[in-house]
Amino acid sequence: MSTNATTIENLASERQPWTETVHEWVTTVDHKRLGILYILYALSYLVIAGIEALIIRVQLMHGHNNFVSPQVFNRMFTMHGTTMIFFVAMPILFGFANYLVPLMIGARDMAFPRLNAFSFWLTAIGGFLLYFSFLGGSGLYGAGNAPDVGWWSYAPLPARAFSPGHSSDYWTVALLVSGFGSIGTAINILATILCMRCRGMHLGRMPLLVWLNLVMSGMVLIAVTPLTAAQAMLLIDRYLGGHFFDTQAGGSATLWMHFFWIFGHPEVYILILPAFAFVSEIVPVFSRKPIFGYPVMVGATVFIGFVSMSVWAHHMFTIGMNSYANSFFTITSMAVGIPTGIKIFNWIGTMWGGRIQFKAPMLFCLGFLLQFLIAGLTGIMLASSPFDWQLGNSYFVVAHFHYVIVGGILFALFAAFYYWYPKMTGRMLSERIGRLHFWLFLAGFHLTFDVMHIPGILGMPRRIYTYEPTRGWDTLNLIVTIGAFIQAVAILVFVCNLIVSYFRGAKAGNDPWDAWTLEWSTSSPPPAYNFASIPVVASRRPLWDLKHPEDPDSRYE
Amino acid sequence: MSALSVPIHQQARSWVLPDRGKVAMAALIIAESAIFTIFVVAYLFYLGKSVSGPTPAQVLETPAFYTICLLSSSITVHFAAKSLEQGRHRAFVGLWSLTVALGTLFLLGTAHEWYRLIYEHGLTISTNLFGTTYYSLVGLHAFHVTAGLLMLLTVLIFSVAGRLRHDDSGRIGVLAMYWHFVDAVWVVVFTVVYIIGR
Amino acid sequence: MWQRHKTTNRRARNTLALLYCFTTLASAATSGVPLSSTNIFAPASTPAKTIFGLSLFVLGVALLIFVVVAGLLVYSAVKFRRRETDPNREPPQVYGSTQIELAWTVIPVLIVAVLFLATARVIHAIQDAPRPAATVDVTVIGHQFWWEFRYPKLGIVTANELHIPSSDPGHPTPTFLKLLSADTDHSFWVPELAGKTDLIPNRVNEMWLDPARPGIYLGQCAQYCGTQHAKMLLRVSVDRPADFAAWVSIQQQAAVRDPAASAGKRVFETTACINCHAVSGTAASGRFGPDLTHLMSRSTLASGAAENTPGNLRLWIQNPDAIKPGSLMPAMKLSDADLDAVTAYLETLR
Repeated sequence: MSTNATTIENLASERQPWTETVHEWVTTVDHKRLGILYILYALSYLVIAGIEALIIRVQLMHGHNNFVSPQVFNRMFTMHGTTMIFFVAMPILFGFANYLVPLMIGARDMAFPRLNAFSFWLTAIGGFLLYFSFLGGSGLYGAGNAPDVGWWSYAPLPARAFSPGHSSDYWTVALLVSGFGSIGTAINILATILCMRCRGMHLGRMPLLVWLNLVMSGMVLIAVTPLTAAQAMLLIDRYLGGHFFDTQAGGSATLWMHFFWIFGHPEVYILILPAFAFVSEIVPVFSRKPIFGYPVMVGATVFIGFVSMSVWAHHMFTIGMNSYANSFFTITSMAVGIPTGIKIFNWIGTMWGGRIQFKAPMLFCLGFLLQFLIAGLTGIMLASSPFDWQLGNSYFVVAHFHYVIVGGILFALFAAFYYWYPKMTGRMLSERIGRLHFWLFLAGFHLTFDVMHIPGILGMPRRIYTYEPTRGWDTLNLIVTIGAFIQAVAILVFVCNLIVSYFRGAKAGNDPWDAWTLEWSTSSPPPAYNFASIPVVASRRPLWDLKHPEDPDSRYE
Repeated sequence: MSALSVPIHQQARSWVLPDRGKVAMAALIIAESAIFTIFVVAYLFYLGKSVSGPTPAQVLETPAFYTICLLSSSITVHFAAKSLEQGRHRAFVGLWSLTVALGTLFLLGTAHEWYRLIYEHGLTISTNLFGTTYYSLVGLHAFHVTAGLLMLLTVLIFSVAGRLRHDDSGRIGVLAMYWHFVDAVWVVVFTVVYIIGR
Repeated sequence: MWQRHKTTNRRARNTLALLYCFTTLASAATSGVPLSSTNIFAPASTPAKTIFGLSLFVLGVALLIFVVVAGLLVYSAVKFRRRETDPNREPPQVYGSTQIELAWTVIPVLIVAVLFLATARVIHAIQDAPRPAATVDVTVIGHQFWWEFRYPKLGIVTANELHIPSSDPGHPTPTFLKLLSADTDHSFWVPELAGKTDLIPNRVNEMWLDPARPGIYLGQCAQYCGTQHAKMLLRVSVDRPADFAAWVSIQQQAAVRDPAASAGKRVFETTACINCHAVSGTAASGRFGPDLTHLMSRSTLASGAAENTPGNLRLWIQNPDAIKPGSLMPAMKLSDADLDAVTAYLETLR
């Protein structure tokens, strides 16, 4: 094991030319390395899309500002949204899934390692293609430019008539390509979980992270593909003279909306389920108790998977559907909040009666719990369609979904980083810098996104490059911008922690958190083959059984 | 790390999980079905909404012959896979070649129909909504048939070159699943385009 | 004992202070003390008022849920934190509780049922409202990046500033808007009058307004429609019935013919202006851009992008990008003399 040249630690001390190292990483099919590649790729795009957000916020600091032109602003919000969803959130969550799922089920790798690599590179190329548009897309004036149609690209805005040049093609093709990558990874995760669990791990004994990624992957199969189909239709319209969304020829703009949101809504559940997964693994360990109500957590997840496919038109409450359609989507959207709320109760139930340790992973989980609760409640408000007729397409919605994605998903991701970084690198992240990161980011987050609800209530629509100073939105927008910069500083602190701890962090050992799932039974970082011998399990917490032979879980399950 | 201790009676029970090739292909089929569903929905939604140009009733002819070709190729591929499992190589090659031939006939039939529609009726993808949705849906299916035929042909070449073994019958089964899916999609497309749509 | 009393007092005082601030803010927001001219919590028309009532109910329920659940979260984090005095054993390993889990499933289901019923009532009240006999009908056509308003029964075509009569609750005369689009998606949002409804090409949507109090109500396009989505502003003038009638009669007349402006009129009619713009009673009948017959009856130009002053008007014709970069009005490249003449002509179109 010590001569194994593929562990990250050993790599640092081995004297091989850097070109060798690069070649190894570029051609790797090891799920752990691909996981890390996904994560590093996503982190780079997080910084880029974050800068785009800061540009947006500076422009909106006060009314009639001139920091950027309307054309540049429109590209900024389009690229910010598209990048964050497709080239930050999805890759980073796939990266963690890639890394953790085989380890947690006692497998040596994913079911299809080469498909795994192929999927990663498809996603990566999609991202490069999207950003090449800054150089390559030719707009009305011949200069390169990025897509500016919003991340939903509502037809007929991307039609030839309204988007000449290639800017919107970069959006379409980049997402089409990375969409195939997502489908490939989803197939891989599904096959891995269903076919490669170690002996004794029947479905009822899988860690919740594995369950949540299983449901997530199933959802990717039927949610990402409608977007693929819609984008193919858009390309047919733009290049083969098709009329799918050509309203002059009888085509329908609302058809695009339906197709997009049939993808778009399940997509946000695809993003949140892995975040739930992290919280479901971390909260029990830091409360020193098993997850409260494992069967219901699984059931709620599956229920969410199904019901979330029936709520999509709550993004379309204002398009003039009849009252029965609006009522239907209101009830389904409220209904999907029930299993989600139940999960929050189960997490609190896990903490209840425990001995909670407020280490960095748990701090971020607590932030997640509070913020996801608030986000869910503003979601219920938006689910009430008449309320949405006022709040929809305003900054209230922007505040709501950033509350979910930043306050929920990103906080859960930070928790995951602090929790699993030791496993991936063999070193602990600095707890002190972690606390600074947490409190700074918490302050910036709340300053920005709590306040951001108010301009929405006061009538500020989204996607506007400027606004009248007489509407009463100035001061609020200034506060929002200040919070954004505080968050930016916190991200820098986090990146510093990642880098500094890699070289100077305390050695982690196999199991620094005294946890219970299989990944903690092997070394940090694990060898290429993961386990010396494939484990056999008898309960949901195999390491608890090992550490507490007098009172194993297998006696109670 | 040593294996976790488990009572002997639990270890004795066999631990059999599904075959990952079949699971992966099933997952792919689910994903592809979703794509086809969207194109079918668009087709049905736009029925009767074309602002101009030829209508389905005016120009479409039921493709009976080559539908039968494609559907019987499902039967031949099924028996071909069975033959390989049973080690009957020559039967396999024969049935597999028949599958490829029937699939190719289907594609030729589609090509012929499109030639007729374009040159005799002036219906192209840009003519009207019917043209757009028809060529997209049927074309998407034909594309999947083509991809399938390429894979079938590759296997045929391998087997004729004597490189196909009994162990490969699992993989052949997975490929046969894909071919059955392509046929099932044609049943749906046929119903939507030539029965409902007219 | 004394210490605890003092702490409780301080806590109580702080809580009261917070409650006071919140109440002040809430009452300011809801009493119409202008925090903003586009406040959804300052409704002035039945659809907006109905939504406001529902929103208070939904907010109340959400607040209640938040207080309970956040309270439990904070309580459990504080009460069950690890202390140094804790024994080195793990706490009792509880796997779940069927009764508790049942309770916290049933209660949310009931809450959702109640919220849904309240919501469904409002959906029907607004969308399926019966149409009284006396209505004002306006057809709104969304363009990149301006609003066209037609009053089919009154024979009026105008742009960007909507005039509607106030509606007496005892004798309602609501305005029904038919919403269409000439190009991409738009959305009509005047928060104090109603929720927003989209304008979608190849689709007809409908909404209604019945403000009782005359005044100016502001809004803007709420669906991203391209470069100048941000400056597609809305200005609704709710007029007393007599004032509305006066406005209508002016709008119904053909354009004012002022012989002093004939030079400008000639420039207008012989350059490309008439390709896009209409001035009723003249040769100009273009429909791509706003109708200019009564341009001077509007207080703003370019759908709210600038005040309607001669200087701005001249600048707009000379270089629209200076006011609204990316709008579809081209810079007309007129000579200074022509520019002055045309501006003078347009200034006569009252």
